[in-house]
Amino acid sequence: MTATVETGTRPLPPLGPNRRLKVPKQAERTLANGLTVIAVRRNAVPLVELRLWMPAGRTHLARGAMLAQTILAGTPTLSATQIAAELQKVGGALSAGLDPDRLMLSGASLGTGLDRMLEILADVLTGATYPGDWVETERDRLVDRIQVAQSQPAHLARTALLKRIYGRHPYAVQTPEPDQVRAVRPPALRRLHAERVHPAGAVLVLVGDVQPERAVDAAEKALAGWNGAGRAEELPPAPPLEPGPLLLVDRPGSVQSSLRIALPAVPRTHPDHAALQLANLLFGGYFSSRWVENIREDKGYTYGPHSLVEHSVAGSVLIAAAEVATEVTAPALLETTYELGRLAALPPKPEELEQARQYALGTLQLGMSTQTGLASLTSAYAGNGLRLDFLAEHASRLARATVDDVAEAAARYLAPAKAVTVVLGDAERIADSLATLGPVRTEAA
Amino acid sequence: MPTRRTKIPATKYPVERFSLDNGLRVVLTPDRSAPVIGVAVVYDVGIRSEPEGRTGFAHLFEHLMFQGSENLEKLAHFRHVQGAGGTFNGSTHLDYTDYFETLPSNALERALFLEADRMRGPRLTEENLRNQVDVVKEEIRVNVLNRPYGGFPWLTLPPVMFDTFPNAHDGYGSFDDLESATVADAADFFRRYYASGNAVLAVSGDIDVTEATELIERHFGDVPARPAPARPDFAEPDLTAERRRSYTDKLAPLPAVAGAWRVPDPLTDFTGYLPYVVLAEVLTDGDASRLVERLVQRDRTVTSLGGYLGFMGDPFDVRDPTALLLQAHLPPGGDVDKVLRTIDEELDRLATDGLTDGELARTQARMATHLLRDTDALLGRALRMAVLEQQRGEPGLLNELPRLVGEVTEEQVVAAAATLRPERRASIEVLAGGAR
Repeated sequence: MTATVETGTRPLPPLGPNRRLKVPKQAERTLANGLTVIAVRRNAVPLVELRLWMPAGRTHLARGAMLAQTILAGTPTLSATQIAAELQKVGGALSAGLDPDRLMLSGASLGTGLDRMLEILADVLTGATYPGDWVETERDRLVDRIQVAQSQPAHLARTALLKRIYGRHPYAVQTPEPDQVRAVRPPALRRLHAERVHPAGAVLVLVGDVQPERAVDAAEKALAGWNGAGRAEELPPAPPLEPGPLLLVDRPGSVQSSLRIALPAVPRTHPDHAALQLANLLFGGYFSSRWVENIREDKGYTYGPHSLVEHSVAGSVLIAAAEVATEVTAPALLETTYELGRLAALPPKPEELEQARQYALGTLQLGMSTQTGLASLTSAYAGNGLRLDFLAEHASRLARATVDDVAEAAARYLAPAKAVTVVLGDAERIADSLATLGPVRTEAA
Repeated sequence: MPTRRTKIPATKYPVERFSLDNGLRVVLTPDRSAPVIGVAVVYDVGIRSEPEGRTGFAHLFEHLMFQGSENLEKLAHFRHVQGAGGTFNGSTHLDYTDYFETLPSNALERALFLEADRMRGPRLTEENLRNQVDVVKEEIRVNVLNRPYGGFPWLTLPPVMFDTFPNAHDGYGSFDDLESATVADAADFFRRYYASGNAVLAVSGDIDVTEATELIERHFGDVPARPAPARPDFAEPDLTAERRRSYTDKLAPLPAVAGAWRVPDPLTDFTGYLPYVVLAEVLTDGDASRLVERLVQRDRTVTSLGGYLGFMGDPFDVRDPTALLLQAHLPPGGDVDKVLRTIDEELDRLATDGLTDGELARTQARMATHLLRDTDALLGRALRMAVLEQQRGEPGLLNELPRLVGEVTEEQVVAAAATLRPERRASIEVLAGGAR
């Protein structure tokens, strides 16, 4: 080894005292129509962020996707182009997106544009017209987008994993087929809008350079007339994971394999959650984790492996993901299983836990230090029935979790025996070596 | 009747600038509104400076800067940042390479220590080099080789537009070149470009200026002084005849095209440059923009569209030569010629008929939101100011950008549009090898 610098003996400076987590100034009101409005002040830049979370469980997949694609396509008084132009005038824009839990309208504008953005939002919510020509254009564009998605390995791997872990649950399929999209017509969208775009159970979050009470007043003024009628849908709980043979999804010619491993997890409010979050960090949830240090920094098998607890309304799941070179697919899986097993079977070192704990606590502070971070967090919490003050409780749970708690959580949730594994890659090149590690079932992509 | 225009707000981030005796330039921008800091170190070396036969070296070297230094073992940097509750990264651009952390503010001194330690010298070993060559190859596979439209257009368009190695070559690098890299190459590269005089340190957020200044002196003061190397001239003449190439992407399900036109020098002619930044948004920002209305909605010849300045989408941190880019994905079987012709037609129409009432003002208001949003994150502020200091000696320009964008006139935008002629255009077409 040719080292190019002498090693030195300068000591690492200690950290100063921890700053207390301070929840910013906020206001909340539930309007007569059932809409909850939460406004949070953070005024480092003169902007305001908007997130409207509307429950959308069990929405027809293709119609739901098309509704998100065209909800901003016109109102009785404004065309799609006019909506976009009117929003631009106040530095604003809105966009819509759907997942199996919610329909989300989000945007941002200059702080002075809040009233106008809310006014346009109200027009859209109460009067979206779904004009035929626009729906037709957007239908084709959505089909194009789905085709592009279906050529992405990350999308294909996720699609296969969701189907494998959710079976017949509504979470199992989250992208519509092009033919289903082509069949969507404007009347179906207007019907769906009437059924599902309603204020009951919805949460509007406004974050930025605003006085919280005044922002809530502005939202009430703009949105009080939004109709409360409509239908609520309950999602059934997500099914437990059922371990089984590794599912190998064939993608001939792939120069990498997409490794996906699902493990059980619990919601944010569960007593095990903080310990599970720490166990996940130790495994693969941040760069200084065992998995990343092993398969990237030691072996060079991969670029960006990561694992994450994903929370949805009907259940939580831990997903570990890595794109590895085709020729090291089986060795990478072996190391992954080893690291999961080691964490599940042996307690972590106290200093390793301290490092993960500091990371978890510190990144809570970082997440709250921007308008977009606060808006996303407030909205995700509210969609799951929580408020920002839960942060303080979560922080204290993170601070209290012991080595034993984390070891127990690792044994309960991260044991390789509980894993559901999907690999997307060139089956001809990787099937045999994967089969040396355990049973494999192969499918076409 | 002209519509009333929205007043464009401004930020007033304070700026403190100074230099250490070793030539390191420092920018401080305090903001005590959250207990968080951003720390950025920017070196004035990027993809354009890497030697022939060593494509991808600037980026590979960026990885090596995380592999240990004088007082830090391999892995220590990551652990010390994350163990302080922070996040880190680095990135390699055409004209600079940045290294950065966001942390709770009680970790200020630790972050300064970590950056100073690697400024004195990374531990360049054969083992770390081989390991990171493997990691970078996987990065290239994820981002380029194993996905559709990989490297489109930031890697595929420059070789059409430019003739010289610095501007035209693949900045991610060929596997051959990456594998040929040696520890001696890395040591040379460090000595030459990672000099204290070639770097800027910026710290933003929850800091006391006096205390931060002292800590910076303490940790960076004894970094050996080395001057900045002379920066070569990367200039190339503008195109005088249209250039066009195509290639088949075997994973791509839809055709795509990107076109680029040279723009004025962002440093020496900022006033001439800004109208192009605005023009790109007039053409492509949202459903009310000209090209979206025409190509996506009316003609339906395009399924998605984007327009921006700089091959890496970096309008305010790139030097000459650079370009305005337009890129589009087409529906299955789409006709690229027709799309390019329509773009020419729309540019003509803009150059001839001018803008509609309110079109410029609303675009400028939207641009102000984008610019302000980028600086809300403390790290964004530190990074931007560091590069503005490095390239212009003017970190406070960050506060002025929304206003300067807002002062661009219709005449300037129209004049800019008039220069985007087909004979000055370089374009690259993606043939859909994965169409079903």
